[in-house]
Amino acid sequence: MTEVTGIKDYIKPENLVYSKTRLMTDNILHYCPGCGHSTAHRILAEIIDEEGLQQDAIGVSPVGCSVFLYNYLDIDWQEAAHGRAPALATAIKRLNPGKVVFTYQGDGDLAAIGTSETIHSCNRGENFLIIFINNGIYGMTGGQMAPTTIPGMKSSTSPYGRDTGQMGYPLKITDIVATLPGTYYVSRQSVHTALNVRRAKRALRKAVQYQSLNRGTCFVEIVSNCPAGWKMTPVEANRWMEENMLPYYPLGDLKVPSAETSVIPDNKE
Amino acid sequence: MERELRLMKGNEAIAEAAIRAGTDGYFGYPITPQSEIVEYLMEAKPYETTGMVVLQAESEIAAINMVYGGAGCGKKVMTTSSSPGISLMQEGITYIAGAELPCLIDNIVRGGPGLGTIQPAQSDYFQSVKGGGHGDYHLIVLAPASVQEMADFVELGFDLAFRYRNPVMILSDGAIGQMMEKVYLNPQKERSGTVPEWATTGKPPDRERNIITSLELDSAKQELFNLKLIAKYDEIKEKEVRFEEFQCEDAEYLFVAYGTSARVCQKAVQLARNEGIRAGLLRPVTLFPFPEKQIERFAEKVKIIFSVEMSAGQMKEDVMLAAAGRVPVFHFGRMGGMVPTPEEVLDFLKSKITGD
Repeated sequence: MTEVTGIKDYIKPENLVYSKTRLMTDNILHYCPGCGHSTAHRILAEIIDEEGLQQDAIGVSPVGCSVFLYNYLDIDWQEAAHGRAPALATAIKRLNPGKVVFTYQGDGDLAAIGTSETIHSCNRGENFLIIFINNGIYGMTGGQMAPTTIPGMKSSTSPYGRDTGQMGYPLKITDIVATLPGTYYVSRQSVHTALNVRRAKRALRKAVQYQSLNRGTCFVEIVSNCPAGWKMTPVEANRWMEENMLPYYPLGDLKVPSAETSVIPDNKE
Repeated sequence: MERELRLMKGNEAIAEAAIRAGTDGYFGYPITPQSEIVEYLMEAKPYETTGMVVLQAESEIAAINMVYGGAGCGKKVMTTSSSPGISLMQEGITYIAGAELPCLIDNIVRGGPGLGTIQPAQSDYFQSVKGGGHGDYHLIVLAPASVQEMADFVELGFDLAFRYRNPVMILSDGAIGQMMEKVYLNPQKERSGTVPEWATTGKPPDRERNIITSLELDSAKQELFNLKLIAKYDEIKEKEVRFEEFQCEDAEYLFVAYGTSARVCQKAVQLARNEGIRAGLLRPVTLFPFPEKQIERFAEKVKIIFSVEMSAGQMKEDVMLAAAGRVPVFHFGRMGGMVPTPEEVLDFLKSKITGD
């Protein structure tokens, strides 16, 4: 039998494997249990901190579940009207070319009401990063059908499942922006397993690092869940997402820069 | 300070004055009768000289939201449009008012409703002075009556916008935008290198993060914010009323008119005086704040007040509120892009004197 030791014996710097993300504020997250937003916020905060960009980052938050994102990350923020974040970011970046500018938007914000702003800012090759959280539903307003709701998926405004004959098809907007010459890096990720969190963080970090190149819009979609809106437990929601969402929205890079254009200059010091 | 004399269209004067005022960014979308503004700026290429950003947006909705983003960084940013485009911008304008951001919006008004006409009108008065979008807010509204004022009000507009953290609208019309007049232009100003302390510039370690938003879910706090806005508008009403009087000292009949209508009325006053009718003109230069105290004083002295405007009588309501029943108030105007003649205005005046 081993000797019982107190927890205090383990609280030593050399034993630290994880800690509170420095750039996350102490405000209590308002997200439902199991929601992917919190994880996406956290890896974003980690990347901004690890890349030393707190002083350079200006974020634009959307209308939707992540409307209060500005309460959680300790950087400067502007809150946009529904769908208009890329228009704000366009001006912010053009008037502050040295800053790292990004939007964080949900599917209704980015792919329904803000489709025009999304497409045109990507098509102009605006030098900012768009982070797109796709959970196939309007979470904040109570679970209505989104532009990305998959065929047959139930929501409060498609209570019998999305009927594509009547309601049209889910919009694969990430695939669309990948075809535009203005985009530089386009990737689709998820944060529902530890492995996927690591992959998503890697993709997001690349997209953040590419900001110093000013070679066009970077676009990272994160396919996510909505346990409350989907009326499932978090575990069920993640399983449903894997079995139903991911076949429609397969994960991986959709557009990567060619090797010779993607060298990140070492100009931090 | 030597001012340069040029012969220019009103629209060109706005564009040139914007460059010379050290504007940081212009975001616009083409629409008649104001497309010369973005054309002039693209040709002048101020991004190569002053560093001013000029961007043709994909819509008026995007343009006004670019203005929001730029203004949130504390920059001097502006947009211009005409009536249908300004209607599209109303969402962005109420967010800008709610986030208390300074910016300049030019409306070169054309006749409506709907697509209406591309000819000059003053039928966006309500939309401009009463708010325009949703919620309790006001723009500061300047009404130029000459190409010179089109130029001068760019700098004045930015000064007021930053002093009060409030959007400013220059409410002009197709006639002032399209006509050519001589204009004295200020020398080129440097773009300001500094921004206000509330601007989003990236958070340094020595300050709290800056957040630009119009959202407040706590009703009690939102009401306090509404009261703060109203206090600001009251201060603006107290300090920023601007107007011009023309032959008002001994006037028995008072025209109240702004912009193009004021120019027509100025001539009508002269015609009336030639016939021995003592007419005068009060020209509001600011429509919000409205010169209500001045009109109230005239209502004690004159026999009739005429609200002359190229609309169905929108400003008449504010003139009547100021006159408060002391004196009859009549509206005269044309609509649909028609501009009244001084003779028409005089005939209407005479018809009311004789009680026809």
